[in-house]
Amino acid sequence: MTKAGSNLSLDGQGNPVWLLLELTYKCPLKCAFCSNPTDLDAYGNELNTAEWKKVIHEARSMGAMQIGFSGGEPTLHKDLEELVAEANDLGYYTNLITSGIGLTRKRLENLKAAGLRHIQLGFQSDHRETAHWLAGVDCYDKKISIAREIKSLGFPMVLNVPISSINIHQVPGIIELATEIGVEYLELANVQYYNWALVNRNQLMPTREALEKAELQVAEARARLGDRITIFFVIPDYYEDRPKACMNGWGSIHLTIAPDGVALPCSQARAIPGLDFPSVRDHDLRWIWHESDSFNIYRGDSWMKEPCRSCSEKEIDFGGCRCQAMLLTGDAANADPACSKSPHHHIIQQAVAKALQTEQDHKHLIARDVGWVSTEVWHNDLDTN
Amino acid sequence: MTDSKNHNSLSRFHIAPVFMFRWEESQQSYVLMYPEGIVKLNQTAGEILNRCDGTNTVDDIILQLSELFSEQSEFIEPRVHQFLEVCHDKGWIQPQS
Ligand code: SF4
Ligand code: SF4
Repeated sequence: MTKAGSNLSLDGQGNPVWLLLELTYKCPLKCAFCSNPTDLDAYGNELNTAEWKKVIHEARSMGAMQIGFSGGEPTLHKDLEELVAEANDLGYYTNLITSGIGLTRKRLENLKAAGLRHIQLGFQSDHRETAHWLAGVDCYDKKISIAREIKSLGFPMVLNVPISSINIHQVPGIIELATEIGVEYLELANVQYYNWALVNRNQLMPTREALEKAELQVAEARARLGDRITIFFVIPDYYEDRPKACMNGWGSIHLTIAPDGVALPCSQARAIPGLDFPSVRDHDLRWIWHESDSFNIYRGDSWMKEPCRSCSEKEIDFGGCRCQAMLLTGDAANADPACSKSPHHHIIQQAVAKALQTEQDHKHLIARDVGWVSTEVWHNDLDTN
Repeated sequence: MTDSKNHNSLSRFHIAPVFMFRWEESQQSYVLMYPEGIVKLNQTAGEILNRCDGTNTVDDIILQLSELFSEQSEFIEPRVHQFLEVCHDKGWIQPQS
């Protein structure tokens, strides 16, 4: 869960800054590189509106400032507007992370009135057919029209396009479309391989040549379009020598609440077996954040093994992704194998080699990579006195 | 350096609509929030942005900051101009038309 342009220096002073509510795992799309758990049916018992409100209040009193409403598809929650209004009244900056499928002009107007600040729309492709393959349903026209409605109501908007071998050659067209719609931020984030995407990794992995080409196209577009649009391009860590930084580190600024009320240091964390994540139904949020074992286990750096423990870069990337370390090396306390210093780095190299030998064709894939927040501290030289 | 490329001493600015600017008690500072991001501002940066309300001119801001920090306006002036320039480049503020 990492993005380009991150500037990780504001900390929550020990408290969560970014609260992500996964209101439901239900979604009208059939998204095969969705970042939701692969065993969705196991989590049926969703929080009710009163319980969500309690979470929103508790996190705000702890200092959370950004709130994201996500899922699944958050617009399937009937009281979404009510929850947004509650969060806005408390002073949160409210973000909606949606596929756009459940949205209508009327609903958008109501969300605006409730105080919604920003919408992140998941998007697949500027080609109707590719979009259909990727989302598993034919939603292209609906998405385009809802994107225009969002802009016409004046919401700032991020278009989030998970990039894989399937759409990487469409980067220029996607940039044109985003610019024409008038979005402020376009995020071309290469798929991270957790959950559904890991299952489909061989089908999704782009070649190095395709990545380099796309990078050049992005650079060209940035130069041409200037500040009309900010384009993030996140290359997959499989092709880098260093892992993506894990936000500000585990249990540092981010808090996800899953549909059933389970509190997680990140949305992917359920991939780590053996951690008993507490529910907001059983404990208050302060206790969960400060005292629970699952939030403390990878906090700071005392849990690190070599090579991270004595590495000079550990404050930059926090040893990479715990979930990826778990999924690929079997121990979440290992260095992220995307790091070339990791004794498990060959796993990544082999995975790339294997994927590139696999004949790739379109499968049903979509990723939702949410819950990251850019933070920075501004220093002005007047303050040096 | 009284005039910068995007403004002069009589310009007025407001916070760009994408951003939400306010005091955050838990951080004891002004913060600027935008889609999925937060900028925590130090004291002077916060005090300058807090005056970008569409009514204060750049000169008003310089005067008020000189008083607030008991500094000569000659000291404050270039720094305010410079900071506003950066804010404008970053898209945080827009000129009031
Ligand atoms: S553990 Fe991995 S998935 Fe979770 S926040 Fe960190 S980098 Fe992202
Ligand atoms: S060894 Fe660990 S801390 Fe050092 S760069 Fe690699 S993952 Fe990061």
